[in-house]
Amino acid sequence: MKSSSELAVLSQEFRIQIIDMLTEAKSGHPGGSLSMIDLLTGLWFSTMRGVESAKNLAADRDHFILSKGHGVPALYAILAKKGFIDVEELMTLRKTGSRLQGHPDRVRMPIVEASTGSLGQGLSVAQGMAMALKMDGKPGRVFCVLGDGEIQEGQIWESALSAPKFGLSNLCAILDANGGQIDGPVSEVMPLEPLRAKWESFGWHVLEIDGHDFDAIRAAYSEFDRLSAEKGKKPVFIIARTVKGKGVSFMENQIGWHGVVPKIEERDRARGELNTKLSELRKLSSPLKGGN
Amino acid sequence: MSKSTRQAFGESLAAWGEKNKQIVVLDADLAKSTKSEIFAKKFPERFFEMGISEANMIGAAAGLSFSGKLPFLCSFGAFITGRYDTIRLSVAYSGANVRLIGTHAGVGIGDDGHSQMGLEDITLMRALPTMGVFQPMDARETELIMDYLVEKWVGPAYVRLTRQNLPDLMAVSAKTGAKWEAGKILKIREAVAGKKKIVAFGSGAGTAEAVKAADLLDAEGSPFSIAVYNVHSLKPFDEAGVIAVSVDAERVITVEDHSVIGGLGSCVAETLAGLDRHPRLVKYGVQDLFGESGEADELYDLHGISAKAIVASLQR
Repeated sequence: MKSSSELAVLSQEFRIQIIDMLTEAKSGHPGGSLSMIDLLTGLWFSTMRGVESAKNLAADRDHFILSKGHGVPALYAILAKKGFIDVEELMTLRKTGSRLQGHPDRVRMPIVEASTGSLGQGLSVAQGMAMALKMDGKPGRVFCVLGDGEIQEGQIWESALSAPKFGLSNLCAILDANGGQIDGPVSEVMPLEPLRAKWESFGWHVLEIDGHDFDAIRAAYSEFDRLSAEKGKKPVFIIARTVKGKGVSFMENQIGWHGVVPKIEERDRARGELNTKLSELRKLSSPLKGGN
Repeated sequence: MSKSTRQAFGESLAAWGEKNKQIVVLDADLAKSTKSEIFAKKFPERFFEMGISEANMIGAAAGLSFSGKLPFLCSFGAFITGRYDTIRLSVAYSGANVRLIGTHAGVGIGDDGHSQMGLEDITLMRALPTMGVFQPMDARETELIMDYLVEKWVGPAYVRLTRQNLPDLMAVSAKTGAKWEAGKILKIREAVAGKKKIVAFGSGAGTAEAVKAADLLDAEGSPFSIAVYNVHSLKPFDEAGVIAVSVDAERVITVEDHSVIGGLGSCVAETLAGLDRHPRLVKYGVQDLFGESGEADELYDLHGISAKAIVASLQR
């Protein structure tokens, strides 16, 4: 179990890899990868069970589905750290012959669990996995990360209705609510609020957090741990308020960076900022070593 | 013995439920119509009523399969294949071991009209890589396909079933000595020796019309006689089998209660077109038209897929 400051360091390292991968690939989605990387880091390095490393994958492990498939560079960075992907292989993202497809591909890379990228489908798949785990009495739980623009899809609301009916307290959906989508702010393109009231009224246990505050992220996941252990009836829905492009000053909250990647000089600027912050975070996470 | 293929499916599914405990069944508020209710009554703990939410049912079935279950999801074919994007990504592209069961195939459902008729479901499913597409001609063949899909097939598969009863054609086929093999065409009836041979390929309800047309033609003393073959596997498609029995025919016809755009007629056309020479092909099926309400036999006449209409057309 990592501390919040350790998680912050890891996540910052992933941010740099995300920028490098996307620059090399010359296409992809930085905004939504950066907004959710803290949420994913918290999941994979402090919450999910049985996914210690690629070599140490438990049969009764937890499962993860990235429903907002366009953010997959963030997941690839994590999977590389876990040993499912070689770090050098990260640079093959989106290239011909690579298993690092532009959106998750379960057949080429089974650890991504579900092929996604047409939005609105991952929650149904996660629900099905949770149903099977529950009927078999298995301890594994299913986490599913959604984008806020994504939940404009009707299929999401079919699953929102359905998962509580089956009492899936082993299912945790996490909304990366970065407030932006390709055509503009979510609040203008197709307003979603009041989100909490909507999901509560559908029968979910709803938590709302700052999606970049690791103490809050860990507290929310612990709450899910508790609720899933109690084997209650309600699935959990975490509304994580995030910043699109988080960590790179000129990308933050800029819709233009949804699906546009940095040029070399922009990458270098982003790297510079991220590295400066990384040094600060490293000092914070190991105060004894950082003291001199 | 005449029985609908949906009824035979429901009975077979319930029988398999006893033997294979990984089978789970999902339905979207049509369990009485798809006959999945037979399974539901026997194994309520393995039956999921998903409500009128087909897309979520399809995605959940994919998830169940990833966790080791063998899901059969059931609804009308029109409603299942209407959620194409979910089938395309969550099932086919994901390699999900899911069985999609689409009932109420074709204009043969009659009264309810176009919105309830699966008319382009084969076309849609056939275009998806890895998707198997199967359509039984009668109750016994439905059981054989079910056995194959439980015991042998790996990956996604779509099965197209009828609301209406169909005659026992496996018994007719048995008289020719033909042996059923999964994925292969099956001889149902020979042409009369010495007459000009028409080779008919039927699938689903179309096969019975082809057989009736063949009987009518012989009874009328036509110089032509029809040999009838059934195609239960639209994908994988038995190209070699189709070619082997077609090459010496005066004419080839296809009979299906489905759009001729992308259905059995297209499968045969695509196969024969690859040959340097091949017989002329006539596709009997729903042309580029919508279905409508009416009596099934009248609709078969209207769309030119009844035995009577086929014979009339052959004599023109």
